[in-house]
Amino acid sequence: MSETPFLVLSAILFTIGAVGVLTRRNALVLFMCVEMMLNATNLALVTFSRVHGNLDGQVTAFFVMVVAAAEVVVGLAIIVTIFRTRRSASVDDASLLKY
Amino acid sequence: MTTTVVTPLSAISLAEGAPVIEAASADGVFSLLWLIIALPALGAAILLLGGRRTDAWGHLLGVATVAGSFALSLLAFLALLGRDAEDRSVGQTLYSWIEAGPFTVDLALLYDPLSALFLLLITGVGGIIHVYSIGYMEHDARRRRFFGYLNLFVAAMLVLVLADNYLVLFLGWEGVGLASYLLIGFWQHKPSAAAAAKKAFVVNRVGDIGMALGVMLAFATFGTVGFAEISAVAGEASDGVLTALGLLFLLAAAGKSAQVPLQSWLLDAMEGPTPVSALIHAATMVTAGVYLVVRSNFIYEAAPVAQTAVVIVGAVTLLWGAIIGTAKDDIKKALAGSTMSQIGYMMLAAGLGVAGYAFAIFHLLTHGFFKANMFLGAGSVMHAMDDDVDMRHYGALQKMLPVTFLTFAMGYLAIIGFPGFSGFWSKDKIIEAAFGENLVVGLAALLGAGITAFYMTRLMLMTFFGEKRWSEDVHPHESPKVMTVPLIVLAALSVLGGAMLLGNWVVEWLEPTVGHAEHHELAVSPLVMTLIVTVVVAVGVALAWVLVGKREVPRVAPANVSVFTRAARADLYGDALNEGLFMRPGDRFVGDLTRFDDHGVDGAVNGTAAAFGGMSGVFRRWQNGFVRSYALSLLAGAVLLLAVLLAVNLA
Repeated sequence: MSETPFLVLSAILFTIGAVGVLTRRNALVLFMCVEMMLNATNLALVTFSRVHGNLDGQVTAFFVMVVAAAEVVVGLAIIVTIFRTRRSASVDDASLLKY
Repeated sequence: MTTTVVTPLSAISLAEGAPVIEAASADGVFSLLWLIIALPALGAAILLLGGRRTDAWGHLLGVATVAGSFALSLLAFLALLGRDAEDRSVGQTLYSWIEAGPFTVDLALLYDPLSALFLLLITGVGGIIHVYSIGYMEHDARRRRFFGYLNLFVAAMLVLVLADNYLVLFLGWEGVGLASYLLIGFWQHKPSAAAAAKKAFVVNRVGDIGMALGVMLAFATFGTVGFAEISAVAGEASDGVLTALGLLFLLAAAGKSAQVPLQSWLLDAMEGPTPVSALIHAATMVTAGVYLVVRSNFIYEAAPVAQTAVVIVGAVTLLWGAIIGTAKDDIKKALAGSTMSQIGYMMLAAGLGVAGYAFAIFHLLTHGFFKANMFLGAGSVMHAMDDDVDMRHYGALQKMLPVTFLTFAMGYLAIIGFPGFSGFWSKDKIIEAAFGENLVVGLAALLGAGITAFYMTRLMLMTFFGEKRWSEDVHPHESPKVMTVPLIVLAALSVLGGAMLLGNWVVEWLEPTVGHAEHHELAVSPLVMTLIVTVVVAVGVALAWVLVGKREVPRVAPANVSVFTRAARADLYGDALNEGLFMRPGDRFVGDLTRFDDHGVDGAVNGTAAAFGGMSGVFRRWQNGFVRSYALSLLAGAVLLLAVLLAVNLA
């Protein structure tokens, strides 16, 4: 089984995620796009792991998943808090920390 | 007409010209030498540190310390009189002042015939001025401080004349400069007084450069700064070094003694209280320069070029000061011009070498008497005229101020050289010696005598004779006893000061210090010479009578006057010259430096800072607060890194 379709799928998912991060304003959508990019990467890692025949890539994919889970916990908490105070989930509204 | 005054460098003439100083150790009354300095120094310390607690009796302490010094000086003088001429040099080492490897300087005193005369002058005339100041400064709230400064002045001058080496002399030299600064600017609330004090200090610093360099050169050449040591080996140094030493000391002397070209501070120094003027002009300060030249005779005897320079400076100054004196309406400034001129005579005599040293000192002493007398007299007149100094507002004061008038007249007759008075003897000797040296110098001295007679007569006529020109609200009155008694004492000294020349006493007295002068023959006999001088003086007096005495003196100085009068009123443009040559270019130079500092140095530093500031201003715009733009730059960075990696790997 060729690894190319997996890598192409990974690239497509990553690109969708990246474009989503750059173009969408809703913090939740942005967040989901980030998750998509992470998972695209995971897919690439697992694919290469299989190609090379060792477990390094798969182990790393687990690490990424754990970090992503932790990140989601903290990130969602921040988004909810901001939404509570500002009644908005738009990331462009949360632009106070600047020059 | 020339004589062998300036002898060529040879061992024999040196031995004759400049005696080697050999000081015996101090015993008996001489062991108290240090006390002569310590008393006024202690007085100054108590008065200046004691503060207001000493206000009530401060002036009495000030007089007492100087009187004590005078008593000690007199005792020491009498003891010295009792010794043989060869033993009249006493040294006292107080303690080791500086010790640094081969360089050791003791704080040591040298008491010889020259110092002895100076001690008597400084403590004697200085003491009389102290007494006078009690009355003159009676209504001044800061009288105690004034006496503290006066004591400091006297103490510094005593250090100067008792020093046995150039470094201790320099100590006193600077002390005198400090005290004069404090006293000239005593009425510091007047901007003119503060400026005059500053001017005196700055001009004196110029002279002090000469002094400092001279001391250093002396040490570099001889390995010592002691008078005794240098006098023993002075002849061994090269001509160039000796000439340089002589010229440096001349610069120093010109600063302290207000000689051309450092004369300009003296006239402004009249801003100080009148007793200060008297002290500066008679007993201390301006005499220091003459003392330095005479004390350094072992150097000047071996440096004929420097001697000639001293003569020229003296001759120029004596005319310069006299000419200024003729045009001044301010009584104190007229007297100041006269001081400059008389110190010029002393310098001239000191420059003549062995033939003149003794006469320089003789004139210095008589001048100390009559100039102190006249300055204190002028103070008494000002006291009577509500501190007005303009002679055009005086007139006919001889009836109102009989004591002041009579004592002033004694000083006047002494300074113009009226036969029999002290100035007659001393000035006559200098003119005679000047003719012995050089015809031109002699004529300058003779002319100076004539001008002196003119301006002093003018001063007398404008102040004490003629119509009264005071304003209605001025009521002249004679000064209190505490002021008139010092005047009477000084007047007596002005009349009798010439007695020092009896039997050639002063010349023989100074011989151990300055050397023995061969008697020189003039083309004309001394009697004829004296007659010529007297005639010139009489012409000066007559001229003043015709030009001032017989005419009405206008209350306001006429503005439409000849170019010569205008020049003399402007101090012969001495200040303008200083301003044009030194002050303005210096000002410009400093201004340019400041501009360079402001724009060049500060520009570079501030410019760098501003560039970084500006750059930060641009760069910080990138932090725009939009998360997505940060994400974009993150992505761009990642892509860039990737591209680079690929490029490197594929290349």
